[in-house]
Amino acid sequence: MSTQVIGYFDSEEGLLHATRDARRAGLTIVDAFTPYAVHGLDDAMGLRRSRLPWVCFLAGITGGTFAMSFQIWSSASSWALNVGGKPFASLPAFVPVTFEVTVLSAALASAFAFFARSRLFPGKTAAVLQRVTDDRFALVLGSEDNRAAAFLKHAGALEVQVP
Amino acid sequence: MAHNPVSSLRRPLIEGRRSLRQLTDDIMRPLTEGVTRRWWIAFFGSLIVLLIGACAIGYQVSTGIGVWGLNRTVGWAFDITNFVFWVGIGHAGTLISAILFLFRQKWRTSINRSAEAMTLFAVMCAGVFPIIHMGRPWVGFWFLPYPNSRGPLWVNFRSPLLWDVFAISTYFTVSAVFWYVGLVPDLATIRDRLKNGLKRTIFKVLAFGWTGSNRTWSRYETLYLLLAGLATPLVLSVHTIVSMDFATSVIPGWHTTIFPPYFVAGAVFSGFAMVLTLLIIARVVMGFEHIITIRHLENMAKVIIVTGSLVGLAYGTEFFIAWFSGSKYERFTFINRAFGPFAWAYWIMVSCNVISPQLLWFKKLRTSPLALFALSLVVNVGMWFERFVIIVTSLHRDFLPSSWATYSPTKIEVFTFIGSFGLFFTLFLLFVRVLPVISIGEVKGVLSFGRGHAQTDHGAKS
Repeated sequence: MSTQVIGYFDSEEGLLHATRDARRAGLTIVDAFTPYAVHGLDDAMGLRRSRLPWVCFLAGITGGTFAMSFQIWSSASSWALNVGGKPFASLPAFVPVTFEVTVLSAALASAFAFFARSRLFPGKTAAVLQRVTDDRFALVLGSEDNRAAAFLKHAGALEVQVP
Repeated sequence: MAHNPVSSLRRPLIEGRRSLRQLTDDIMRPLTEGVTRRWWIAFFGSLIVLLIGACAIGYQVSTGIGVWGLNRTVGWAFDITNFVFWVGIGHAGTLISAILFLFRQKWRTSINRSAEAMTLFAVMCAGVFPIIHMGRPWVGFWFLPYPNSRGPLWVNFRSPLLWDVFAISTYFTVSAVFWYVGLVPDLATIRDRLKNGLKRTIFKVLAFGWTGSNRTWSRYETLYLLLAGLATPLVLSVHTIVSMDFATSVIPGWHTTIFPPYFVAGAVFSGFAMVLTLLIIARVVMGFEHIITIRHLENMAKVIIVTGSLVGLAYGTEFFIAWFSGSKYERFTFINRAFGPFAWAYWIMVSCNVISPQLLWFKKLRTSPLALFALSLVVNVGMWFERFVIIVTSLHRDFLPSSWATYSPTKIEVFTFIGSFGLFFTLFLLFVRVLPVISIGEVKGVLSFGRGHAQTDHGAKS
């Protein structure tokens, strides 16, 4: 386990500066742990943009296409029922359901994709660093570079841990 | 300290200086401290009201909906009024959680969790009414387009009532997902605060193994934005579709193109009134005055002025178009609304929805919780009457005078309506007892807002 060094900070600024400097110094940033979403930390860590919007878009398109085709098929082909003399394929009347199914599939698919990609599931046992879901900010660096521990101390970490 | 930029636009959102840890303590207090006596009284009160409603529902389901005061002319009345009323209330929650998020209104963080919970509970209350209205609720699944042995005979996708089924169930599902996604980090915060025990085990299951990793936070923020982007058109579509239940018919007073925006404005209006009603009580009872501040209440009051004025404008436009259209049925319906047998309901509606919110132009009233509480109740009453007026006055005197009739609710209908409040408050009271009422993670994110990054005092830049 001692391939990592953890530095604890007590403010988001401390963590942000340390992360930026660590990246500039060429240290490996394993991850950062924060009690809330810290603005600018993604850039500081050099994270790629999430691809979730693609999941959302494709699921929405699929759901919408399915809803529209299903309505046309069931109302005009499977059992074409004359309702008040309206056309069998009443496209404008099919818009509301198409819209709702689009939104439903996009939302559910994005949420499932998020939980799957982040490997979060009900009852998962997670090793949570001390107080990072409350009021501490932790920066985890790779310790193959032996500068890491000294770097964290210098960056103002309250505590540096080698697990 | 002279260089610290302090502008009136950047007033801190959370009053008093609190550390992150203190905020967690504050928000968790109702969960960790024992149940107060006041909570039990409120809870049992709501439970009794809910039981009255449940008995009324049991009676009408076993006897048949002939126990309602409906007749051949007035085929919709209390049930659909209550349905539209409750769905409308839900809309404020989504507006606060999704639309204000897209507009970067950071003050929403103190109230979004409870407003979203209110949305879910209000939609549950709304769902009760169409289900009982089916008469045989146990075949309610016939509304779903599933392959069946009757042909398969599919549902009629051209019917607005079917659109409602899709709209309301999508709305409920997406709101629930949005709400739960928002809860996950807070559930983890609570999990890590609790000592071992049953409570911790439950929160551990619910928290999905959240660690606060920024790689997850980064995706989480993307997901949150996506869900907000999806919920925004969704919430507008829901009340639009509800209004189409009326607007696609040929009944004078219903058959108007103004209905979708008019209903959406009315929904947000009534929803914000209900959020105010709930939060003005909750912030005092739970001691959250420094998190849900007067400023939050004032902002909500401003939304009420805007939407209340929109609703007033819609009332006026309806009247003008009824006259301008030259349709004698349309004209008659509106004159009958204001001066016919249900004039009393119409004028309650106008005074509650058009006149009373205009009082909120006075800052003194906007910043007084007591005045806001009273006005929010008035608006709730007014918006219930709006739906009653639209539904009953349009139906009771339509084209043929020979089919004119009147309507008055039976005891069963009144008890069912009252019972829905029991359901709403029971669920809300359970929610404030077992889950964090305020989004811990989001409030922490705006703690330094307006303080020039002075979250910890060692960074004083003087």
